[in-house]
Amino acid sequence: MQHGKYRFIVGFLAVPLGLYALFVIWPFIQSIYYSFTDWTGLSPEFSMIGFSNYERLLDDDVFWKSLQHSVLFAVLVPLVTLGLALFFAFMLNVGGRRRRGGPVISGVRGSSFYKIVYFFPQVLSIAIVALLFAFAYNPDSGAINSLLRAVGLDGVQPLWLGDPNLALWCVMAVIVWSTVGFFVVLFSAGMASIPADLYEAALLDGAGRATTFFKVTLPLLWDTVQSGWVYMGILALGAESFAVVQIMTTGPGGPDYSTTVMVLYVYQKAFRDGQAAYATTIGVALLVVTLAFAALVMKLGRRERLEY
Amino acid sequence: MTTTETPAPMPAESGATISKVDAPAGPPPKEKKEGAVLNVFSHGVLVIWAIMVVMPLLWAVMTSFKDDRSIFSSPWSLPDRLHFENWSRAWTQAHMGDYFFNTVLVVGGSLVGTLVLGSMAAYVLARFDFPGNRFIYFLFIGGMSFPIMLALVPLFFVVNNMGLLNTIHGLILVYIAYSLPFTVFFLTAFFRTLPTSIAEAAFVDGASHTRTFFQIMLPMAKPGLISVGIFNFLGQWNQYMLPTVLNTDPDKKVLTQGLVQLAVSQGYKGDWSGLFAGLVMAMLPVLAAYIVFQRQVVAGLTAGALK
Repeated sequence: MQHGKYRFIVGFLAVPLGLYALFVIWPFIQSIYYSFTDWTGLSPEFSMIGFSNYERLLDDDVFWKSLQHSVLFAVLVPLVTLGLALFFAFMLNVGGRRRRGGPVISGVRGSSFYKIVYFFPQVLSIAIVALLFAFAYNPDSGAINSLLRAVGLDGVQPLWLGDPNLALWCVMAVIVWSTVGFFVVLFSAGMASIPADLYEAALLDGAGRATTFFKVTLPLLWDTVQSGWVYMGILALGAESFAVVQIMTTGPGGPDYSTTVMVLYVYQKAFRDGQAAYATTIGVALLVVTLAFAALVMKLGRRERLEY
Repeated sequence: MTTTETPAPMPAESGATISKVDAPAGPPPKEKKEGAVLNVFSHGVLVIWAIMVVMPLLWAVMTSFKDDRSIFSSPWSLPDRLHFENWSRAWTQAHMGDYFFNTVLVVGGSLVGTLVLGSMAAYVLARFDFPGNRFIYFLFIGGMSFPIMLALVPLFFVVNNMGLLNTIHGLILVYIAYSLPFTVFFLTAFFRTLPTSIAEAAFVDGASHTRTFFQIMLPMAKPGLISVGIFNFLGQWNQYMLPTVLNTDPDKKVLTQGLVQLAVSQGYKGDWSGLFAGLVMAMLPVLAAYIVFQRQVVAGLTAGALK
């Protein structure tokens, strides 16, 4: 297999690797370099200014707010999403009543229907979902408040996205809404590969559903949960939170910067305020947060690998 | 899995008739009742979540058939009649048709490009030993965990300098580049699972490496290509951040950014019914495709996360 091997390897790798290097790797390296300059992005001239951008970052209140919110997104959104998804997946796959003659473990009735429906939001663009909910949250004519009025809760008419104390939660709820279904399906696939005799043994020992979940299902599913957490956290720090915050909240960034996140702040500094170098500095901070988050989840979540 | 065929003599957690049969082995009555309450509760939660998922979507569809006045005065009422003119207005006047066409072009081009280039790179990385193989592999994989926004600031100027800003082909190239990490990751693993003997036999028979790849390996990799293709199709169809930054020409907009743009401008024009029609127009094809190809879509989207 030696004949022409290297020519073939180079020929096959050149285009994909070249494209990837030019549009992904090179900009990443550039942006770290730019964070030490005073480049505006509007003109090609710039000079090195050392750590000035990073010093400015430390005194920037909006940056600290966006950092806070981003961390909240990375911790809370996966926590709620994965928690809900685990509960749903368990009910759909293991939580059913034992039917005579049926398999020992089974989901509740209609579980495949639920799985199909729960997955709906996953195929929609987060931008479309964000738009839809921006209307639903509208205090006067939105679906949510008029539903509240319809059931007699006239007194409860929050401003939702207009309320600085509520806006961030509203935005996070939309990400949870749109991603729970994906993890329900993912965990269902994981649960299906857990051997049934483990559940039988647990049942024979008199374990209830809660015990079965915490002693059998969760430990055996741990690897999937952990990588799901990292995946979800990266999404919540990046593309997803950018779309929902940019589309849904006024400003964008919410009343009194109450929903601004790091990824949006990078975008605004670079493409609205003409401070490209400072934007890349915030971007580097976002990179640090993302990598720290991934490392932390992998470290905290480390357990002995269970073979089954 | 031995007992699945035989009627299972399992203690029933709830259900009177079953537990009567299994009475000796059954759990104490207190637990049984608890189980029933839990059952109602948990089933209730499942139903509520299903409603919470479907309601907003149905609401959008319903609203797209209403006139502007009733959208504001009574958001939950049924339309007085089906205002199909909302849809035609959205398609033509609001340029949803153009955005749709742009999206099809961009996604079509980048999907083909991603699959061809991704499988070429993945095949070489999976099947050939050469210095730097691991390095290149991890270079690709690393792209999955970095925040894309960080690269987008310089990328804007890279693309601009090449004269590719606000062009369809420029957007296609960028989509391909940002789809490669996952595609290479997934297909490398897939090519490793394929048997080597057939490719070796073809090679002994005098087929070149290139021919072996296109005529033997690619057809064998079809299931993997379909999975990763669905994953990339949805990701690229739904992409919002990349076109928002790199595609600012109103005539070249793709669906997602066109809709958002429309929402901003309709705030002044007040054509909310047209906007909802556009929203549903963007939603329905993907939902319909998902319902038809449900199994493949789920397999494609979850394939990467499960080893």
